[in-house]
Amino acid sequence: MHPAGMLPNVGHGSRPTNFKMGSRVTFMSEIAIHAENLSKRYRIGALTQRHDTLRDQLVDWGAQVTTRLTRRSNNGSGDNECSAEDAVNEVWALKDVSFEVQQGQVLGIIGRNGAGKSTLLKVLSRITDPTEGMVQIRGRVGSLLEVGTGFHPELTGRENIYLNGAILGMKRAEIERKFDEIVSFSEVEQFIDTPVKRYSSGMYLRLAFAVAAHLEPEILVVDEVLAVGDAEFQRKCLGKMGDVAQQGRTVLFVSHNMSAILRLTQETIVLEKGKLVLRAPSPEAVDYYLSAGHAKAGERFWDLDEAPAGAAPFRPIALRLRDSRGQVVDTVRSAEPFTIEMEYSLTASVTGLRVGFYLNTTRGEAVFTSFDTDDPSLFESHTSRPAGHYISKCAIPADTLNQGRYSLGVNASSYHIKRYFEEEQALDFTVDTAGAPGMQWSEPRQGVIRPRLEWKIEKTHER
Amino acid sequence: MLVIRPARGWTALNLRDLWIYRELVYFLTWRDIKVRYKQAFLGVAWAILQPLLTMVIFSVIMGYLLKVPTDNGVPYPVFSFVALLPWQLFAGALQRAGTSLVGNSNLITKVYFPRLVIPFSAVAAGLIDFCLAFLVLLGLMFYYHRQITVNLLWLPLLVVLALMTALAVGLWLSALNVQYRDVQHMIPFIVQAWFYASPVVYSSSIIPSAKWRLVFALNPMAGVIQGFRWALLGTQAPDASLAVSTAVVLVLLVTGLYFFKRMERTFADIV
Repeated sequence: MHPAGMLPNVGHGSRPTNFKMGSRVTFMSEIAIHAENLSKRYRIGALTQRHDTLRDQLVDWGAQVTTRLTRRSNNGSGDNECSAEDAVNEVWALKDVSFEVQQGQVLGIIGRNGAGKSTLLKVLSRITDPTEGMVQIRGRVGSLLEVGTGFHPELTGRENIYLNGAILGMKRAEIERKFDEIVSFSEVEQFIDTPVKRYSSGMYLRLAFAVAAHLEPEILVVDEVLAVGDAEFQRKCLGKMGDVAQQGRTVLFVSHNMSAILRLTQETIVLEKGKLVLRAPSPEAVDYYLSAGHAKAGERFWDLDEAPAGAAPFRPIALRLRDSRGQVVDTVRSAEPFTIEMEYSLTASVTGLRVGFYLNTTRGEAVFTSFDTDDPSLFESHTSRPAGHYISKCAIPADTLNQGRYSLGVNASSYHIKRYFEEEQALDFTVDTAGAPGMQWSEPRQGVIRPRLEWKIEKTHER
Repeated sequence: MLVIRPARGWTALNLRDLWIYRELVYFLTWRDIKVRYKQAFLGVAWAILQPLLTMVIFSVIMGYLLKVPTDNGVPYPVFSFVALLPWQLFAGALQRAGTSLVGNSNLITKVYFPRLVIPFSAVAAGLIDFCLAFLVLLGLMFYYHRQITVNLLWLPLLVVLALMTALAVGLWLSALNVQYRDVQHMIPFIVQAWFYASPVVYSSSIIPSAKWRLVFALNPMAGVIQGFRWALLGTQAPDASLAVSTAVVLVLLVTGLYFFKRMERTFADIV
């Protein structure tokens, strides 16, 4: 596996040119997965105001009975009204999704948060039932919706390998056979008899992934498990995923990491608001995804109905990028400062609110995260924000970012209390390096930052 | 080929699935046992200390101060200890099973396996403790010069009956607890009420008439405990009441299984 693909990809519109897994011609035409009109409905009512207590349920039943009785006595069409009312509280996380996956194919699934990717994987791995439609699956499915599912902190590494293996569907004999291989892949041999609660988070992840990587189902369903760990570890995982793909196994792979999608898959489906909007060769699908629905001209507005129900009292209004002259722009210059501003309103006062953003490259690498109350003095002076209209502005100093496409995600939350609003790819923009240090040479430079550093060249006498 | 489609109404139990996943039952049970006494100074000794200390308290208060009568003049310590073993096995299993689904929600939302695996392993996890405490019981019987008879062979069946009772009620409670967290607050109360309804600190012979004894036997643990005393201490045999107990357990278990199966498909969405 060529490691360059994992390095931040800079330069306009360039695409990793690594070879793709499974790009050999397949003659197998047997269908591994056949999904037909797959739909999954969630009741928002059940999420935001779930009946956590019997009392709520009793009150609710009482209310339902009363409304039904009154409706029936008023007119005969009570049922219609009722379903219209229900429709408001429903969300189709998946709607009429149909597709087929051939045996041995590696299919990518991309889409924004809430597009239905995870729901689709959950339905395919039988964790939750579809509301409508059906899927036919030929072969044993192994799903990795997270690494380390069921790891128990009190148990040792050795014990957790067995436990986690069994949870993922491996037989005991199979785990025993692969045990040494798993341990050496994880690189934690020394600590294998130490409780995992004493592990560093890196060791914990390596061990967890090592078990997962040795799962050998005929169909593998993977959700964003590579979004964790350091670059080195991600590279190793991607390498293992590549091996899996080459062994002719069917893989469904969800990721926000476009370079991983391009590297591992030939074909990708794009989900949008629960619907399958495109199935195409991966480069085309990635292009579509990166340009679709994204704001033009450095500004992203949220309509009133776009904010999720759970966001209240926070209501996002706009996210903007302004250059040093205050113009709203889509392209900023690396050599000049610029401002990121988030406009929002609060319909009630909020305690401990922090509004901030994630800066990522459009390839999915994280650059940094920052919140408006990071500064201790601002944090103290804004312990509670009264209802009203706000703009949180963040100044990005000159000489920060390297050239390339970047993506801003928004997060408004009260730490450990509630996440009011989050959108991971709210606004994309371009950084241009004209005037940046080192531009006398035309070669593109690797890395996400482009700092102006102080150099001294001293001529000294030989000692 | 596997077909996934929306399930509606009551579905088949598919207990064969559970058999396929028997190794997972084993591993989850093993996890529960392993973790229970980790980082405890006395470790697994607690499995013995718990019933032993409880027995001491009962003997002092019930036996010595209140002078609760036992059957056939059996010394109170051994009389109550014989009952405490199946009781603590049952109460522990019921408590663990009742909260098992919510306690394992991280598994339920991330991996597929027959959900029945979870309450099953929660119930099974009490067996090791039971076996350890049983050794203490043998010692106690030796101390009080009680004879061990061939009736001892009935004990495994009685243990199975106690576990089935815990499982049956645990299935109902765990499935309900997924949606209504009220259940986990109710469980300690249920266990306490059940304790008084079972002849742990008293003898079932204090129930006045035969008619009331049948009502009493609707509590399967009454039959189990009476059976334990009969098998180990040679007191009054449970006879008809055990048949009633078994029938009640079977009804609870089968309805519990179907109820669980029906609720199962929404566990991942609402847990």
